[in-house]
Amino acid sequence: MTSIARDLPAAPRVDREAVAARQARARRRMLGRGLLYAAAVLLALWVLFPIYLITITAFSPRDAVYDYPKQLIPGTLSAETMRFFVDAEGVLGALWNSVLVAVVTLIFSTLIGAPAGYALARFAFRGRDAFRLIVLSTRAFPIVILSIPLAVSFIEWGIYDTIWSVALMHTALALPFTVLITSSIFISVPRDLEEAALTLGCTPATAFVKVVLPLALPGLAAASIFTFVLSWNEVFAAVILTLRERTLPALVLAALNQSPVPFRLAAGWFMLAPSLIFIFVIRRYLLGLWGRVSR
Amino acid sequence: MKGQRLGWAPYALLLPSLVFLAVFFAAPMVQAFGLAFQNDAGNWSLESWRTMFADAQFREALVTTLILIVILIPVQFVLAMAMALVINARLKWSGLWLYIYAIPLGISELAAGIIWFAIFTQQGWLNSILEGLGILDRPYIFLNYQNPAWLISAVVLAEAWRATSIIMIILVAGLQGIPRDFFEAADVFGATSWQKVRRVILPMLRPSVQVALILRTILAFQAFAVVIALAGGGLTVLSSEAYRWYSDYRDSHVAAAYAGFILMLSVVSTILFLWLLPVREEQQG
Repeated sequence: MTSIARDLPAAPRVDREAVAARQARARRRMLGRGLLYAAAVLLALWVLFPIYLITITAFSPRDAVYDYPKQLIPGTLSAETMRFFVDAEGVLGALWNSVLVAVVTLIFSTLIGAPAGYALARFAFRGRDAFRLIVLSTRAFPIVILSIPLAVSFIEWGIYDTIWSVALMHTALALPFTVLITSSIFISVPRDLEEAALTLGCTPATAFVKVVLPLALPGLAAASIFTFVLSWNEVFAAVILTLRERTLPALVLAALNQSPVPFRLAAGWFMLAPSLIFIFVIRRYLLGLWGRVSR
Repeated sequence: MKGQRLGWAPYALLLPSLVFLAVFFAAPMVQAFGLAFQNDAGNWSLESWRTMFADAQFREALVTTLILIVILIPVQFVLAMAMALVINARLKWSGLWLYIYAIPLGISELAAGIIWFAIFTQQGWLNSILEGLGILDRPYIFLNYQNPAWLISAVVLAEAWRATSIIMIILVAGLQGIPRDFFEAADVFGATSWQKVRRVILPMLRPSVQVALILRTILAFQAFAVVIALAGGGLTVLSSEAYRWYSDYRDSHVAAAYAGFILMLSVVSTILFLWLLPVREEQQG
């Protein structure tokens, strides 16, 4: 239609107006795009600039941490401050505890939660919606309210102040997410493939191991990384449930207001760094993981 | 079908998580109730609640927590919406933008608090930059115990910086669920960008907005490490009072009363959001 109208020689004025209008619209769209890019860059700076600042401070020599005014382009970079932090008493042990707790949490929550996720994804059964609702509603309960009675129980059971108590608590926090996330991952594995395997003589178990698992593996890995990060970052429960066997955040928090500034800043960078990598690894799954969970 | 052949299978698969949630979620919840409403002798009493309400820090903690939430939630919502719209505009390198905006998702409250401490502390970056620009002639003490306005602002900035990504992700996931036709229809009718946001995006996004606001508010009631990292003892919130009563005074009863109070506020705010932003039946994902 429009192309015919443009080719008609009888209406040159309309033509010129139309061209002008189209140009104006194109200019507006260019301007709009330009503004969008500007917004994108500004928002990215808002996220990245503080990370840049803590990084150059954490990697300046120990005395330079107190330098003032600070230079946005650092003069010397050094691992001295970081080494001071890592060598400080208790840090390596706490680091090791953090890793152990996160790994145990990851194993527990996957072993316990993934079967439930699979059941939600593949079976229509009575009580399915009720179970989903229970799992969803657990998110409304604050960590604070779980930690305090659990601390009392753990003392009675004799596992207070061990990595197990923290890992169990973190599993309780992570489990609802694991169930919902794994269920959305298993839903995305085509059911036909599994049924084909069953028709070809696989038992449900072998069909799961040989067909479903390999397809679900990347998603499951992303979900596990998410669980790891959740545990690595959690501090309230960790600081309530431990005294000597601190995880890294619990150790840093408990010592925070008595510790020298270089220690704090290095600790901040140290706790932040893994998330840069983890989020990068699972970036393509983020929307899937969170988008589904939020429904 | 399979459901008939293996009728017990789904229940067997659910059993471990149900047992686990019963032991480590339901039981502690009941115990917390018991702790909060019993005294040391094990008798039912409102003693811990009275102690909590009468405590000098309680009012301050409550007010600070509420101020934080009232400022934080709108700020974060606008920021997250801006990020989500930028992602949804499908610019070049859209994966990169999403990654950058999502980075704080993996950063803990404590780490975020420390990062912003590096900015706000007396020999920190904000003073360096302001002095470099000639706005200040000597460093200003932002994180001063006598200056709660700056302490709260620092906490708000740190939390807005850290916890906006979770809202952003939920909004982006919601935006992707809006059919492209809707935007094309809006274009055909000559809608401006602002009209598109107002008339198409916000109404369609309501379920995601509701979830994001509820989730974020519940988490904001638990803000803890970020306050300690930035304000030390200069500012107190409800969670840090629970922590103080548990670890400094060794009184798990009053600590549980605080926890119960936080839970109550979370439930009230959830109901409030459900009521303020009703989601129609057909909009439910």
